[in-house]
Amino acid sequence: MANEESSSFNRHVMDYIHRASETGLYDIRGLGAKRNLPTFDDLVFLTASASRYPLEGYREKCVTTTLLGTRFAKKPLELQIPITIAGMSFGSLSANVKDAVGRAATACGTSTTTGDGGMTREERKSSQTLVYQCLPSRYGFNPDDLRQADAIELVIGQGAKPGGGGMLLGQKVNARVAKMRTLPEGIDQRSACRHPDWVGPDDLTIKLQELREITDWQVPIYIKMGATRVKDDVKLAVKAGADVVVIDGMQGGTAATQQVFIEHAGIPTLAALPLAVEALEEMDVFGEVQLIISGGIRSGADVAKALALGADAVAVGQGTLMALGCNRETWLGPDGPHDARADYEKLGTAPGFCHHCHTGQCPVGITTQDPVLETRLNPEEGARRLRNYLQVLTMELTTLARACGKSNVHHLEREDLVALTIEAAAMARVPLAGTDWIPGHRHF
Amino acid sequence: MARLSPEVTALDTMPNSAATPGPTTLGEPTIDWDLSIRPVRELNQFLHDLAHNARPEMPHVRILHPNGRHNLAVGLQVPANIEILGHAGYFIAGMNQAAHITVDGNVGWSVAENMMSGIVRVKGCASECAGASAHGGLLVIEGDASSRCGISLKGGQIVVGGSVGHLSAFMAQAGTMVVCGDAGAALGDSLYEAVIYVRGSIHSLGADAREEPMQTDDLKTVADLLQRAAISADPQTFRRVASARQLYHWHAEAQY
Ligand code: SF4
Repeated sequence: MANEESSSFNRHVMDYIHRASETGLYDIRGLGAKRNLPTFDDLVFLTASASRYPLEGYREKCVTTTLLGTRFAKKPLELQIPITIAGMSFGSLSANVKDAVGRAATACGTSTTTGDGGMTREERKSSQTLVYQCLPSRYGFNPDDLRQADAIELVIGQGAKPGGGGMLLGQKVNARVAKMRTLPEGIDQRSACRHPDWVGPDDLTIKLQELREITDWQVPIYIKMGATRVKDDVKLAVKAGADVVVIDGMQGGTAATQQVFIEHAGIPTLAALPLAVEALEEMDVFGEVQLIISGGIRSGADVAKALALGADAVAVGQGTLMALGCNRETWLGPDGPHDARADYEKLGTAPGFCHHCHTGQCPVGITTQDPVLETRLNPEEGARRLRNYLQVLTMELTTLARACGKSNVHHLEREDLVALTIEAAAMARVPLAGTDWIPGHRHF
Repeated sequence: MARLSPEVTALDTMPNSAATPGPTTLGEPTIDWDLSIRPVRELNQFLHDLAHNARPEMPHVRILHPNGRHNLAVGLQVPANIEILGHAGYFIAGMNQAAHITVDGNVGWSVAENMMSGIVRVKGCASECAGASAHGGLLVIEGDASSRCGISLKGGQIVVGGSVGHLSAFMAQAGTMVVCGDAGAALGDSLYEAVIYVRGSIHSLGADAREEPMQTDDLKTVADLLQRAAISADPQTFRRVASARQLYHWHAEAQY
């Protein structure tokens, strides 16, 4: 017992208390929840066998085309794949990254999304399909950019910090970022957590109509929310007139927020998705209002499981950054790879553990506004890597879909899944493997 | 209709007076748009199409029977002269660029929200969030404005003939707000670089807002805005509220 570590007050907890007592400051960091949560990994597919027949993996076609915004918009989006790029701001990301992301998404026939800093010319130019976010801060929000958007995403909240506003620490608020956001250069910027011009769901309905009127009902309007009271929130979004609902689970990433928010607010993506689907079904708009799920989507298997549970598409944020080189040991210059470990060390971290996006000192040049660090991410190379990643996700998705006998990835269904844990079975509302038991729902 | 503060009078609220520069009506074709006959969607489409139809003069559009309808004259991009004859609902003149829009009545929430340029004048009172997040242009409320007037202001100018409600100029980043009457609780909470001038009483200041002495430039700013708003009041009687800039950087004590 002499050397036994306490479960309640383990070394991590002690470290937290020591730092808190030393500094009087809470921790701010980037990326998403690091705690152990039920995820899509806890589900597996019941692929074809004698009772169902599969499609040939390399020969038979499996459709991935995805329509978003068919409810009211005159010009719904037709994407080539059901994998979109989540909203990430210029400010948190460099202009090079925005450019790279736009190029890759365009090559793969999918959409990118602006963020809490307005639309940059780089991303508009490189993104064939660009979703323009209308955020509580309204930084840089303007009617000219609104009219050149292919869709509008009204952001009520995000999974990493539902109920909280954005944050951009002073080291990232350079002259260009400050000008776009109408803020003094170098300040620690705190975005609003509530929209300035509407408060409740009834106002939201009129706000959506305003955006539709301004854009002459041409483009789809999404409503994005962090996953908390998902069922009520989705119903309100549908009632307000959303074409697309985006639910961001608690594993969703951020460029900077309080650690306490990241780890202790919201519900896991796995639990959120079935609730959103149920809300759409109860409103009788499943299929009419499309559903995008995000928050910790990493692989083609995650995409396939999300679609099987009822999502129309997914949005990928942190996976995008990692494809670009986040947490890699090296960054790629024109003369080849360069070791970045010393730069990670300066931040007090190491490749594989970094979550220091808030510092603006990203060792691989992704979440930075530093003119030198920014050059570490070449937009062409970044685009190549992200394109490859999106391609792998899509191939994995179609592999699983074909094995389930589906000629269209949107034909994947809940019946194709079982859960490996009781928690996942209860959250995803699929049976525990080897049983017909869905805890809390069937045979309980 | 407008409830101006004591000793404050509307000099001239006609949109084409010398005191309120705007597009002239001389030679402009006047179009009456009756909302009891033709819907809001058609009205906005017509107003948007003005940007694409090259014409020598912008029309003067009179909108009849607004009857509290929402989203009137939103997203305009041309210096057209629009008059809304009666009370209107939410988001009137939202995201306005260049147009000169007058409401001969009261308005609901968020009039001229995210305005970029132009002039919006409300002859009556405005409900909540008037001029929210406006990046430019001039918003004149001849009567009172409710809570959160000028919230998140990003460079627009707002002149209120009467009083404003609580949390006005909340997180206002840039621009100016002139209040001829009183201000409610938590005025200018978490202000950035926007400046507020208040003539009457201030119920309370919000976090990081402070009163500062009026300088010559302030008097000139207030005089100019009052003149453009066509509201008569003595600039010397206003007080200046601006950011103490104590929340610009993180402090442990500021985070409760
Ligand atoms: S490597 Fe860069 S993008 Fe990745 S977590 Fe660290 S700072 Fe953020």
